[in-house]
Amino acid sequence: MNVKTPSKLEKILKAGHLAVTSECGPPRGSDPEAIKKKAELIKDHVDGINITDNQTSVTRMCSLASCIHLRLMGLEPILQMVTRDRNRIALQSDILGAASFDIHNMLCLSGDHQSFGDCKQGQNVHDIDSMQLIQTVRYMRDEGKFLGGDDIKRPPNMFVGAAANPFADPFEIRVPRLAKKIAAGVEFIQTQCIYNLDKFEEWMRLARERGLTEKVFILAGMTPMKSAGMAKYMKNRVPGMDVPDELVKRLAGVPKEKQAQEGIDICVEAIQRLKEMEGVKGFHIMAIEWEEKVPEIVERTGLYPRPKI
Amino acid sequence: MIVADKKPIEEIVEEVKDCDNILILGCNECVTVCEAGGKKEVGILASALRMYFLNQGKDMKIDERTLERQCDQEYLDEIRDIADQYDAIVSLACGVGVQFTAEQYHSIPIYPGVNTCFLGATEERGLWTERCQACGQCVLARTGGICPVSRCAKRLLNGPCGGSSNGMCEISKELACGWQLIVNRLEALDKMDDYEKIFPIKDWSTDRAGGPRKVVREDVQI
Repeated sequence: MNVKTPSKLEKILKAGHLAVTSECGPPRGSDPEAIKKKAELIKDHVDGINITDNQTSVTRMCSLASCIHLRLMGLEPILQMVTRDRNRIALQSDILGAASFDIHNMLCLSGDHQSFGDCKQGQNVHDIDSMQLIQTVRYMRDEGKFLGGDDIKRPPNMFVGAAANPFADPFEIRVPRLAKKIAAGVEFIQTQCIYNLDKFEEWMRLARERGLTEKVFILAGMTPMKSAGMAKYMKNRVPGMDVPDELVKRLAGVPKEKQAQEGIDICVEAIQRLKEMEGVKGFHIMAIEWEEKVPEIVERTGLYPRPKI
Repeated sequence: MIVADKKPIEEIVEEVKDCDNILILGCNECVTVCEAGGKKEVGILASALRMYFLNQGKDMKIDERTLERQCDQEYLDEIRDIADQYDAIVSLACGVGVQFTAEQYHSIPIYPGVNTCFLGATEERGLWTERCQACGQCVLARTGGICPVSRCAKRLLNGPCGGSSNGMCEISKELACGWQLIVNRLEALDKMDDYEKIFPIKDWSTDRAGGPRKVVREDVQI
């Protein structure tokens, strides 16, 4: 097993286990208990916990500080970092800050446009993009150098991830785009929430054909629907989301008070199917403000207990 | 061309309301083409201001003039003899023209009459869209002739992001995804292999980031 970093997630994946990650959104305030409580709910059922970075461009407690809280609890944080808000100085600096707390996983993202959030009039930075952020952190780790060429004393030691959205357009570049991220140095992928399983299967088939699933660990992104209303919202309002009509109908077809349970059932069924799909190396369960349901999903899909590494 | 849009008249009124004698100064270049600051718009603004101040019971002298260019000293010299008689000049040129006029006429306040918006083109009458952000290091050769810096809302050099949907950008269903356009062009040119070449981290020092810029061409200097 050729493990490159101290990341527990990397070890689990390279040992051949199906990995399970989940995520917590930081609070809109400075109370550390908010993030710790969420982590407590899921910590025994996952191998790593993503902390989102001002998701949907709404200002929150920073991802790095939240990751540090998790690290101090002895957990395995996955630092999400978007290129929207920081230039290359700040990105490299935050990577070092994370490394100083032995945060060993990072997810490189561009970030939602600021027009979705609470600072619509703000500038965005986009000094580099997510592809180049992957290259940056790999360069810092593997070469032990800053982008400017100077040596780093105690370089960061991150297992490097990125997102992939098989459902965004144009579809024909979605696999080439994955190939590009792999060429940039990405080691694991967490996908956009999967509802259209057929389309995901097609994307995976094309990825397998190019041998990409041998080069990167793909974690399938899962978000249980809380209601038919949420499904409709995701379908119509969230960019890059593919929610089939049948799924909306199925949720709408049960009484309102049972829709949440139906949403969990749908998620569990999807994971069962995806577990058999060649190339799927784990699951990233994004139960948005519904973290308490993660244990049930993990247990019902036979992914519990988590391996001890 | 430089595309500009009219400023609300209230804003202009606020700047000149204490003057007795002003000049509305148009420009015959870009702002004429985008119908924001040419001779026609100078006339319209001057009439509107006259009417406004007449209603307010104020007798304001408002003259009109349109120069060939305001970004050129030679043409700005044409008002050298008359400039002093005005309390203020409202320039309907782009931000470049406003500043160049101000540099030539130190003692007269120069107010902008338009908002300078972007470098763009006329798509149809009354519709102008952005094409360039003057980053100083053109990448169009590698992106099928479509600019990711000006046409992607996140100026991604390795796009598209996950928000591209049915050819449209995540920020608006009426805005084309720049990267969809790039992919369409690369396909048409049979250059999709180029898509997989990672675009390296860009040197933004030739962009705004590098501070106020200049181009020095010794070969054409006199």
